[in-house]
Amino acid sequence: MNIIVCMKQTFDTEARIVLENGAVKEDGVQFIINPYDEYAVEEAIKLKETAGGSVTVVTVGPARVEEAIRTALAMGADEAIHVEDEAAFGDEVTVSEVLAAVIKDRPYDLIIAGNQAVDDGSGQVAVRVAELLGVPHISTVTKLEINGGEVVAERDAEGDTEIVTAPLPVLVTAQQGLNEPRYPSLIGIRKASKKPIAKVAVAELDLDAQAIARRSSVVEIVLPAAKGAGRVLEGDTGARAQALFRELRQTSKVL
Amino acid sequence: MKRNVLVVADLRANQLRNVSFEALGAARIIADGGAVAALLIGHEVSGLAASLRAHGADQVYATDREEFGQYVPDHYAAAVEQAMEAFAPQAVLFAHSAIGRDVAPMVAARHQAGQASDVIHVELAGDDVIFTRPIYAGKAFVKVNIAGDLIVATIRPNNLPAHEETGALGNVTNLAVRLSGDVSTHVRDVLKKAVSGVDLSEAKIIVSGGRGVKSAEGFASLQELAAVLGAAVGASRGACDAGYCDYSMQIGQTGKVVTPDLYIACGISGAIQHLAGMSNSKVIVAINKDPEAPIFKVADYGIVGDLFEVVPALTEEARKLFA
Repeated sequence: MNIIVCMKQTFDTEARIVLENGAVKEDGVQFIINPYDEYAVEEAIKLKETAGGSVTVVTVGPARVEEAIRTALAMGADEAIHVEDEAAFGDEVTVSEVLAAVIKDRPYDLIIAGNQAVDDGSGQVAVRVAELLGVPHISTVTKLEINGGEVVAERDAEGDTEIVTAPLPVLVTAQQGLNEPRYPSLIGIRKASKKPIAKVAVAELDLDAQAIARRSSVVEIVLPAAKGAGRVLEGDTGARAQALFRELRQTSKVL
Repeated sequence: MKRNVLVVADLRANQLRNVSFEALGAARIIADGGAVAALLIGHEVSGLAASLRAHGADQVYATDREEFGQYVPDHYAAAVEQAMEAFAPQAVLFAHSAIGRDVAPMVAARHQAGQASDVIHVELAGDDVIFTRPIYAGKAFVKVNIAGDLIVATIRPNNLPAHEETGALGNVTNLAVRLSGDVSTHVRDVLKKAVSGVDLSEAKIIVSGGRGVKSAEGFASLQELAAVLGAAVGASRGACDAGYCDYSMQIGQTGKVVTPDLYIACGISGAIQHLAGMSNSKVIVAINKDPEAPIFKVADYGIVGDLFEVVPALTEEARKLFA
């Protein structure tokens, strides 16, 4: 089975956001595989281990992304395609068009992506890729099985679990709980350095410049207003409980 | 610039969610004097059309098909497409909910349109629509402008003011949606989980537990407080990773981002990835044994103490007030 994983490198979730000249500062930030994409990588490798086949990681981003690619290869992915080209660094329209163009001429039975990235959090790209490729998609999957030519997935629908089936090829997006991503082994890390990373430029993809032009433009990035110090309630437990509800009702007026 | 704006109403268990009215409020701003329509997708829900009309929809397109009783991406996308054919909107708004998050990018991709996801504020700047949305799960906010013939957006629940009820009543049109037979995804079964009845993303009050809750059983006292307050129960990543609760309850940069009126954090230290998911709540109460816990830095009210003493005391006090 040929599995393609769409992956993005993101800030570590513990990173603080600092603005510099109106943009989010990257200096000194630790980068990781987007946690939802890490579930996607893990699931692809698990499926390959039971059903055979190959796992190809596809990603868009600057040179620093290679670290995330090496991690995915060390976990067990077989090869990677890296679109390292400014022309691809647009919005969700741009990135989904580029990813779909990279994927469309390759053999694939299954595409797995994270259901959203922890940086932009727009949750659009994977579904857009499915639409552009004309394949069905199943979102926020917490369990995945392949039965012959069909996937049977459990998906999280706001607390309920839906059991959804679809014929291959299909795109699924990973939700937390799908699996427990492995740490790369030493052997895995050594092997990863020899695995192929194909660099692709947007010019090679036969895409119309207008089609991939960004539709959304950033007007401004702002940080949330700093909060003043809160009030620590004193007294015995009962008195504090009373004081809290009095405050919530009379001062904050949220009850 | 006048625009026709279509709002795809959001339903849960055949009831309209409040975010539908919030989206109608946003639609009225974006319409800038143009028309606002609402689309109701479901089975045996046509009675809800009146409520959408009363909340500012000039026009309601109502569908009623058995197939719409269960969410299937292709079916819902087909309904939206056909409402768009009838109404010719320049903007389509969805809820940032399980369904809206899934259908919106399908529609956007089909029209090569840009989309603003998880919108918390809408304003006009001349002919432009400016959407404010969180990035890094609320550690920062970006204002974006979407260019093109069609604007797609998903609206985060509980942030925009709902369109108030007006006396004016719009028209209701039944939309006979054609469905193609070759739909590929099929829902075989739906397992309802016995989580609290209140949905996290739309809850006005959330009682949330962390590692300090110590066990799955420890959540019982939080559930009790939540029940009295009509609140939803959430959890930190630490509590989920420790197996105390289901990942669907997780709040944080991985997990759900919530903005309730009141967030009560019990035994949560306040790791930055958790703070990202809840620090934009209107009022935050923190209960923690450790007075140095970072959660107190974002809390409006802090109680330093053992949650297993404090939470039952809060429940008792709440019972007195709300019983």
